[in-house]
Amino acid sequence: MSILHAIFQPGLFSNSSVQDAAIVGAVVALVCAPVGVFTVVRGQSFAGHAFADITATGGSAAFLLGVSPLLGFVVMALAGASATELLGTERQRGRDLATGVVLGAGLGLSALLLYLTTTTQSTTGAAVTVLFGSIFAVSTSTLPLVIGFGVSALFLVGLVYRPLLLSSINPDLASAQGLGHRAVGLIYMVSLALSVALSALTIGAILSTALLIGPAATALRLAKSPGRAIACAALIGVAATWAGIVLAYDSYNWPPAQQGWPVSFFVVSLVLAAYLLAQLTGRRARQGQAQ
Amino acid sequence: MLSGLFSGFMVGTWLQASVMAVVAGTVGFFVVLRGSSFEAHAIPQGAFTGAAGAALIGASTLVGVGTFSLLGVVAIARWGRRGRHDVVTALCLVTLLGIGSLFLSLSTEYAEQTFSLLFGEPLAVSSSDLLPTALLGAGCITMVIVLFRPLMLSSIAPELAAVRGVSPARVELLFLLAVGVVTTMALPVVGALLVFSLMIGPPATARFVTDRPVWAMAVSGALGLITVWVSITASFWSNWPIGFFVGTFAVVWYVIGRGLARWRTRPSPVVPLGLAALGSR
Repeated sequence: MSILHAIFQPGLFSNSSVQDAAIVGAVVALVCAPVGVFTVVRGQSFAGHAFADITATGGSAAFLLGVSPLLGFVVMALAGASATELLGTERQRGRDLATGVVLGAGLGLSALLLYLTTTTQSTTGAAVTVLFGSIFAVSTSTLPLVIGFGVSALFLVGLVYRPLLLSSINPDLASAQGLGHRAVGLIYMVSLALSVALSALTIGAILSTALLIGPAATALRLAKSPGRAIACAALIGVAATWAGIVLAYDSYNWPPAQQGWPVSFFVVSLVLAAYLLAQLTGRRARQGQAQ
Repeated sequence: MLSGLFSGFMVGTWLQASVMAVVAGTVGFFVVLRGSSFEAHAIPQGAFTGAAGAALIGASTLVGVGTFSLLGVVAIARWGRRGRHDVVTALCLVTLLGIGSLFLSLSTEYAEQTFSLLFGEPLAVSSSDLLPTALLGAGCITMVIVLFRPLMLSSIAPELAAVRGVSPARVELLFLLAVGVVTTMALPVVGALLVFSLMIGPPATARFVTDRPVWAMAVSGALGLITVWVSITASFWSNWPIGFFVGTFAVVWYVIGRGLARWRTRPSPVVPLGLAALGSR
């Protein structure tokens, strides 16, 4: 009983920012699961990471204008996706270069916006908040927006689920069948942009890749079918965010500074631990088969 | 307005930035050729953690960044051999950055210092860093010269390289080490988030200026030098973060490169860069 008490400290469940954080975390993990699985299968981790970083520009602009950071994240992620799509070349190497250039431009712009924020306003922590996240600071009024964007992203993925699966596993066959290859890719890009924006709100713009890629890559090592992989990724994602929130709440009186460790750190560590564990069990299973 | 730009305390900045720009442009040629934009982005971004850690325990930024660059390089190279390379790169990156967020929250540094580690601060160069930077730069250029042929071969024709006994894994590790060295030199000046722009912007243009790899590397180094010099001047004058100018320059170079490519493909198809050079040997 005392161990349980030490983990779930008094006030955890009645704290309103913890409740909001738990809802946001769950929505984000559920959205990231299907989108992340497709991102890993399509080999688009760099694009996912790039959009995530670019959302920092929107977050910084939102700070400067005084609007909700989520709106900034979403607008900029969509802009980044369209820019990459416009520049986009067919070959992987060319695409990576175009993505990198757009990413550099976005990060440069967010440097400028954050600089302007610190000079015109008296806030100094904007850079850290935008880049490394602060889920406990998400206001209750943002919750409907979070759920709205989350449902839209899930709806889009559900809409093109089968053609997207085909074009992810066998792009040549998909384009030969003329399934609106390009349109499917575009819808996937929009849902990717929405999910990294939501993830950026949770664990910060430059860390949001962790929730997108981590649970999905882990699930793909464990599950055999795409549907199961998505379910497994959702489970891992929700578990990691919730455990991260609980640990961050516990850490308020941890050494050395007695000011709490960041949620993002716990979430990223848990996601990595899950991935390493899956890799280890996978290897052991293969060795067992060989013997 | 620019009167302080060439005063005594800026000499170190100019020297270090120039060395760093040339080396970044040269290594960047291979980043673009191998399609390694993600790795070139992930290693500096992960190395931010080293800078934050150094600030936390009061160590030298150069040592901190160097250590974490090396950590990132080894992790990506070793771990990337099994599993998907881009997934592994992404996971290494976020893991390092996650630790970075912990370091940030534990330290009592001012927000301005964090900001300059992320987005660059030309004045952050201390004169004691000058000698290590010069040595690192010289070592990196030497490595590129020595490894030139295996690097070229494994970038363009991996199968042929394997037949000739060039281990792709070893070449990849050495190449990533070069990226790590560039990171160590460039991070304090242009910031963790924008180092990679220096490695992809200039070569994006250079490879369309000439078909010969050595010339392309030289052009890339020269364009890197222009990027850094103009960015430092503009940053000094406007007081805006240097990262903004470096990121914008990358777009300019890329657009010029695309324009050149289109202009050149009109009369005759372009022979893939490097293949022509190998053929002429």
